[in-house]
Amino acid sequence: MARLEPLPLPAHFLWLLGLSGITLAPHLAHLPTWLVLACGVMLAGQALRTFTRQPPLSGLVTSLLALALATGISLEFQQFLGKAPGLALLAGLLCLKQLESRRRRDLRAAIFLALFLQFGLFFRNQGIPIAVLALFGTWIGLAALVSLQIDDGFKGPARIAGALLLQGLPFMLVLFALFPRVQGPLWGLPEDALAAKTGLSDSMSPGSIGELVQSDAIALRASFNGSPPLPNQRYWRGPVLEVFDGRTWRPGSRGWATQPSYPVQGDRFEYELTLEPLDYPWLLALDFPGPGIPGARYATTFQLLAGKPIQSRQRINLTAYPGVQVGLPENPETLARARQLPPGSGPRSRELAASLAAGRRNDGEILQATLQYFRQGGFGYTLSPPPLADDPVDGFLFDTRRGFCEHFASSFVFLLRAAGVPARVVTGYLGGDINPVDQVMVVRQSDAHAWAEVWLEGRGWVRVDPTALAAPRRQSEGLAQALPDNETLPFMLRGDLEWLRDLRLRWEAFNHSWNRWILGYTPDRQREFLSRLGLGQPDWQRMVTILAVCCGLLMAGLLAWALRSRHRLDALDRLWAGFCRRLAKRGLPRLPWEGPLAYAARASQAFPGADPALQNIASQYARLRYGPTAAPGDLALLKHAIHTLKLP
Amino acid sequence: MRGLASTLGKRLDSWLFRIRPAESGPIQLIQRRIFVLPSGAGLLLGLTLLAMLLGAINYNLGLGFALTFLLAGVALSSLLQAFRNLLGLSIRPGNCAPVFAGEPANFTLLVHNPRPTPRPALRCWIKGCPVTDFQVSAKATAHVALVRPTRKRGRLEIGRVLLETRFPLGLIRAWSVFTPDASCLVYPQPEANPPPLPTGPSSAQAHQQGAFGHDDFAGLRNHLATDSPRHIAWKVYAREGPLMVKEFAGGDAGEIVLDWETLPMDLATEARLSRLTAWVCQAGTLGLPFSLRLPGLRIPPSAGTTHASRCLEALALFTLPSDHGQA
Repeated sequence: MARLEPLPLPAHFLWLLGLSGITLAPHLAHLPTWLVLACGVMLAGQALRTFTRQPPLSGLVTSLLALALATGISLEFQQFLGKAPGLALLAGLLCLKQLESRRRRDLRAAIFLALFLQFGLFFRNQGIPIAVLALFGTWIGLAALVSLQIDDGFKGPARIAGALLLQGLPFMLVLFALFPRVQGPLWGLPEDALAAKTGLSDSMSPGSIGELVQSDAIALRASFNGSPPLPNQRYWRGPVLEVFDGRTWRPGSRGWATQPSYPVQGDRFEYELTLEPLDYPWLLALDFPGPGIPGARYATTFQLLAGKPIQSRQRINLTAYPGVQVGLPENPETLARARQLPPGSGPRSRELAASLAAGRRNDGEILQATLQYFRQGGFGYTLSPPPLADDPVDGFLFDTRRGFCEHFASSFVFLLRAAGVPARVVTGYLGGDINPVDQVMVVRQSDAHAWAEVWLEGRGWVRVDPTALAAPRRQSEGLAQALPDNETLPFMLRGDLEWLRDLRLRWEAFNHSWNRWILGYTPDRQREFLSRLGLGQPDWQRMVTILAVCCGLLMAGLLAWALRSRHRLDALDRLWAGFCRRLAKRGLPRLPWEGPLAYAARASQAFPGADPALQNIASQYARLRYGPTAAPGDLALLKHAIHTLKLP
Repeated sequence: MRGLASTLGKRLDSWLFRIRPAESGPIQLIQRRIFVLPSGAGLLLGLTLLAMLLGAINYNLGLGFALTFLLAGVALSSLLQAFRNLLGLSIRPGNCAPVFAGEPANFTLLVHNPRPTPRPALRCWIKGCPVTDFQVSAKATAHVALVRPTRKRGRLEIGRVLLETRFPLGLIRAWSVFTPDASCLVYPQPEANPPPLPTGPSSAQAHQQGAFGHDDFAGLRNHLATDSPRHIAWKVYAREGPLMVKEFAGGDAGEIVLDWETLPMDLATEARLSRLTAWVCQAGTLGLPFSLRLPGLRIPPSAGTTHASRCLEALALFTLPSDHGQA
């Protein structure tokens, strides 16, 4: 009653409008169009209301609008729980709340909504740019909170909020490092929890891998004992796709054993594989995994599988034998499956296959002829292939001739099958960069790839990469070099200029530690980090104790800063008191009513030799004590003057 | 039982907030006089942060943890900022002009900021009374006007005063409770329609000489709320001097006698005082000399505002000699 705050000013509404714009902008791409429009209309209405000083919406209208919003969102998303509908609802409420805001506390609630929406950004993306964006939004949100307290334009609140952020930073670091981490989830994840993560899927259709390539998220890391494999050996095996329906490739057999079906021999690589939690069971081993991996399954299609989908970061020690022959002998059922094609699909391709196979003596010659065709067919490698309408295989081979790896692999396998040669599509990753910081090979989603495997009598399954025929550098040097120069590449993949390459390396190293230390700071890594700090293997009680001590120290530091200015004034008084004591010892005490200048004048008469020094000290003290503001060095100057004072 | 509970409540209150009798000197807001608690908005932010923390744990959001902890750190540092915004302020009571009962008393507190940085977003109020929002510039003193309604005549203590800030984010409430040594003199409420001024035997003569008291300039004195604007020394004020009032030597005094005893017998004490107050005001406005007679007190005849104030003060603080037990 008596203590009600004053009503908000137009400036406060403007702060909120700006904050809403900054908050909602990065969310817009993920909101339904009608909601974006509704938010725009509500914010425009709020701006109009602010400038024409209209009263806020009544409670009834607000409730009706909120109900309409909730209904629209539950219809749009077909569910009400989960991240996407939740964020959409909050975005709508942020706009609606301002329209009905009457008092400052309403505006505060809206600001808290905006702060939560900054947090909501991370559900979709935790990259560095998003972090910067969220930090900016948080700053503006805090400034809006400050403006509600001091009613002072725009600069003052922004400055105070910036200082507060800086003061909050040490707390954040301590809490981040020491707050006992729990392995999530705490409760069952809603269905869309991992939807935003990009990764391989167990099927392939035109465009599905091209999508992945736009993401520089890490798929796996491998640290090798000894030298790493050559770039053209870095094939990380994912799903093997044997069944084709004319558009999409899917896996066939799902059999597995606890030991590999092939004898291992030849070159050998030992490495530790770290897999990102992408919710699929493939262990993405380098071809071909050696025996003796506890808990792993060796699929009949030579992948290594985990028992269940990987939902947290995993580390495994693996061996790889790139030179072994696999698929000798092969199950006739598998070979029959590897020759099947959907009836009626790709008529022109079938004719081409027949002409390629005509007169060849064995599968090997057909393979050579097909490879020759791909090499000389004028195919182009591009990240943005033209759309393929009816029959993707025919369309690619005869019309567009431009495509990404899945187009090459798919049509290549189709041609071979049409010619009666057993072949199949393998998806996974090709490539990997050694990070100069820690010598760890990093494989990203942008390294996703599809290639072909052909079964030849006496040689078993042989890897053939048709993409390499059209873009040879894809295999040896990576995606960036394989694409033609006019292709629009993600900026960080460009390497045409030296400084850009350097920048890219630095950025990647930074990104790597970002992923490792910020996003991947799991309970395991926390224990590892704390034990490296010399804290042993602390349990959570100990962590909480250390955390409390650290926060207490930080608070004490801030408190010392809060009390600091008082001591500074005391220092000035101490100096002056010391000066007065010195004169008093010489029989000239300061009289209680005497000001500094009068005292100095009297002292100068007593000690004519020290006149200028005494006057100087008194005037300096008077200026520091009673003048407008003191410069930082003034106190030291006065101190020096008093210490060097010589009385005759 | 209720009495006991309220006594206990008061004891707890005074122990918790260190309520002491009114303090005469300047009140320094040192560490232990400042209390800090989260405000409603602070609790709401706490809930928001809890939701964020659960979300970050559930979805394994590294940046979610970072943002949650950053905001928690900001809230913690805002706690110290709020505390620091009050720390070191010194408060002295200022003047309080007398008022008539029923009018609000206007107390003034001088809040001094010795620090070279300003103190924004301060609020001050007397317990149960309206709030004054103010701020103090760097190394400056703010005059904070506080109102308190009055009902009874007498000396009104300022009572318990609260000084609060929610700077910088409104999440934390830092406050201090103190009782400055300030009081306001409350005159009795003048009777609305009093009978005409009682005139003594020579009142006609006095009326003829009414202007007499305005002629001989006797000196200057401080302005009081009851002074007629005609007597203000505007020349002094124009020279940026204080608001002063010219005093004139009264004429032949004793013509008007405002006597308690001559009032009708059926009038109660407060009604008598009310009527006397109204008469004093009338006489003061007209500049007529008068004398006041109360049981146990006689104020000799005089004119002018000093005299009127003296009479009004006597009326305000009057207690019947036999009323001591009841007062």
